[in-house]
Amino acid sequence: MKRKIGIGKALLYVVLVMYAIITLIPFLWALSSSFKTLEEIVSGTMSFVPKQFTLDNYKQIFVEQDLFPRWLLNSVIIAVAVTILNLLFNSMAGYALARLQFPGRKPLFLIILAVLMIPAQVTMIPNYLILKQLGWLNSYQGMIVPTMINATFIFMMRQFFINFPKELEEAAELDGLGRFGIFFRIVLPLARPALAAQAIFVFMGSWNDFMRPLIILSDPQLFTLPLGLNSFKGQYISYWNYIMAASMVFTLPVLVIYAFFNRYFIKGISFTGGK
Amino acid sequence: MKQTFTKKMWRETGSAYFLLSPALFVLLLFIIGPIVFAVFLAFHKVQLLGTTSFEFVGLDNFVRIANDTRAKIALWNTLKYVAIVVPCQTILALVLAATLNAGLKGQKFFRIVYFLPTLTSSAVLTLIFMWMYNQNGFINHVLEAVGLPTYNWLGDPDVALNAIMIMNIWSTAPYFMVIYLAALQDIPDSLYEAAELDGANAWQKFWHITVPYLRPVTSFVVVMGLIGTFQLFDQSYIFSAGSGGPNNSTLTVVLLIYQYAFKTLGTMGYAAALAFALAIIILIATLIQRKLSKEESLY
Repeated sequence: MKRKIGIGKALLYVVLVMYAIITLIPFLWALSSSFKTLEEIVSGTMSFVPKQFTLDNYKQIFVEQDLFPRWLLNSVIIAVAVTILNLLFNSMAGYALARLQFPGRKPLFLIILAVLMIPAQVTMIPNYLILKQLGWLNSYQGMIVPTMINATFIFMMRQFFINFPKELEEAAELDGLGRFGIFFRIVLPLARPALAAQAIFVFMGSWNDFMRPLIILSDPQLFTLPLGLNSFKGQYISYWNYIMAASMVFTLPVLVIYAFFNRYFIKGISFTGGK
Repeated sequence: MKQTFTKKMWRETGSAYFLLSPALFVLLLFIIGPIVFAVFLAFHKVQLLGTTSFEFVGLDNFVRIANDTRAKIALWNTLKYVAIVVPCQTILALVLAATLNAGLKGQKFFRIVYFLPTLTSSAVLTLIFMWMYNQNGFINHVLEAVGLPTYNWLGDPDVALNAIMIMNIWSTAPYFMVIYLAALQDIPDSLYEAAELDGANAWQKFWHITVPYLRPVTSFVVVMGLIGTFQLFDQSYIFSAGSGGPNNSTLTVVLLIYQYAFKTLGTMGYAAALAFALAIIILIATLIQRKLSKEESLY
């Protein structure tokens, strides 16, 4: 009996390790390619260790490709602004829907739920025309304002605040704090776990978004990194060493955030995961 | 008494709408307004040259879908993609979650590793895979080494879509795995203990306890999977440099909508009609899924 369990366990380990290898190989291969010379890239060798370790690819993309730092900056500005605004506005809306009594509360909540079901493609074309009318194509605000709230996270914050202990707010009210004082000084600081999960998802969504910048931004100066990477690929068709170096630069910030906050990722997913 | 009550109510209403104002602004200007506008567009021919002009064309845009060969190809590609990717990624996610949940050491390490693809942007992943799919690239070398046939992954119309499928199953399964993992924590140990007393083996426990218990979660995962896969765009776009090639083999419905809306002149209204058609297809697919999963749960 005992031996049988041992074999079963070993089998499970084999499965886990195999899949870990399958997951890691593309990243390791990209990383190693980013340190190889063009010569080695073209020769089609299979070694994960570069024959001639070089940092030239990274130098090349930062120094020679003068727009690359600019794309990085654009991505950071847009993703950070979108994240901060989402945290604030989604919490405000979620709190109002969870705690305050006012006419129009129920229909509003239903509208937000309904919006969750509409695929982005339906609103994509009119959005383009509206932004064009506003003169917001090729601008930061064109990227930021339409995405500064998110129906999913308004819903999530509402669920969070509904389960939030009322006593604290009542005590604060007795101490003479108004609605906004209660919200900004008591409720919001205590909502940190929910905000952390939300921040990570909103940041990643904005950082990795491909379609919206593709439609809204046509000026290379304003490209975000995913768009820049794509145009980079068109420019250096077979210079995979450059493309991989650029991809690694783009991936690193998210990996760093993940390394520090990975427990919030897991929590956040199970939170949005329908329960 | 009544008056103070109304005063308080007024104040609360004011606070509520103040707190909701940014959300309402974006909702109206960039979501609800555009939905209404999209309905309008779908019934018009739109010209963007110089000043934007709209010409009412009735149902022409919808009729046109039926006669558009590329629309049929795009729909067929998308359906094929959905039909293969959704079951594969769901099963893979379930198996990985169950394996991770078996109480082995190092569970946390594996979970962190598995999650990596989910974090990485679609643009980066697509580029990494294009590099590996290269004719003289990593994947073909591995296939050759183990004696399997190699493919022209990017250039052969018969395999290009499969290349995207493999990549996306690999990159989305871990996300759903985490959802399954959370649900697995809720299964009471007593169920497994009782099954062990009855002499059930690991496979029987998985099949008769874990799988039925997770059915509501599976339903959620499948619906999310359907919605996501029907909207395939980034990967096809980058793979084919926006064309949907080789020979339309990676053309998806959303890529076609993008092309009609932004790459050809005078077809924006038609693109809006296609977008509605896609929304309806997604709705029908999720409704069918709901119905099926309800019928199953009767047993």
